[in-house]
Amino acid sequence: MLITRKVEFSASHVCRSDALSDDENRQRFGMAANPHGHGHNYVVEVSLEGSPDPVTGMVFDLKELKEILSREILGPYDHRFLNYEVPPFDRVVPTAENIARDIWRRLESHLNVEGRRLHSVRLYETPDLYVEYFGESPCSE
Amino acid sequence: MFRVTRRYRFAASHRLHAPQLDEERNRRIYGKCNNPFGHGHNYEVLVTAVGPLDPATGYAVDRAALDRLVAGRVLDAFDHRNLNTEVPQFAEVVPTSENLAVEICRRLKRGWSEAFPGEWPRLDKIRIAETERNIFEIRSDEVE
Repeated sequence: MLITRKVEFSASHVCRSDALSDDENRQRFGMAANPHGHGHNYVVEVSLEGSPDPVTGMVFDLKELKEILSREILGPYDHRFLNYEVPPFDRVVPTAENIARDIWRRLESHLNVEGRRLHSVRLYETPDLYVEYFGESPCSE
Repeated sequence: MFRVTRRYRFAASHRLHAPQLDEERNRRIYGKCNNPFGHGHNYEVLVTAVGPLDPATGYAVDRAALDRLVAGRVLDAFDHRNLNTEVPQFAEVVPTSENLAVEICRRLKRGWSEAFPGEWPRLDKIRIAETERNIFEIRSDEVE
C-alpha cells in the first residue's frame, strides 16, 4: 500500500552551471539562469510503501511523518535561497531533478524502517512541471 | 532514473459522431457530444518522459526541447481548431479523448528522436484531461 503526504515550501534559486559559459547557461536554462535568482512555491509529495500495522492499522504514524518532513525538508528549505543557503546547491544546480533527489536522500534513512520504505518523491516546481524520483532503482509505478 | 511531467493546454472543438452508426445510435452513445454543430473543451495534456540525470545540467529532460516538440507536433495543430475538420486524422476517426491520446502519443513518438537524439530521455506516457473529471492515460509502448 502507498501513503502520500504533501508539504509546500517557498524558495529562490538560480539554475546555472559553472561548467557552462554564460551563453550556454542561457541556452540551457533560459530565464532560470538569471543570476539574481527567482522563486517558486514548491510542492513535495512523499510516498511510502508498506503494509498497515495489524494493531494500529497504520502504515506509518502520520504525526511522526509530519514531524520528519517538517524537520528534514521545511526546516532547511522553506524561505531560503537554495544556491546560497542549502547544501549541496552551492555545488549542484538546483533543478527540480536535483531537489527531488536531495529530498530523497534527506528522508530515506528516517523512513526506511520496520518493513516500510520510501517509494517516491514527487516535486512540483510549478503546477505545470513536476519530477518524480524513485531512488537509484529504475522507475516503477 | 527520473520521471519529468509537463502540463500543456489547448482549446479545441469537436463533435462525436461515428459514421458507421445511424443517427439514433449516435445520439444514444454520444448524447450531447453528438450535437451536429459541435462543442469545445479546454484540454490539458500531461507529457511524461523518463531518463537519467545529466550531471552537467541537472536535468533529466530538457524542458525547452520538450516544449518545442509538443508545440510543433501537437499544440500548433490542435489549439483553437475544430478537430473534426482541421486535423486530418479525425476526418474518419471519432475525436474522443481516447483517440486524441493515441494521436498525440503517435505525433510525439514520430518527432521524438529529432528532439532527443540520444538514448534518453524516452517518452513514458500521455495523459489528457478533457474536463477536470474525465482523464485518459496511455503508455508510450501501447502506441505504434
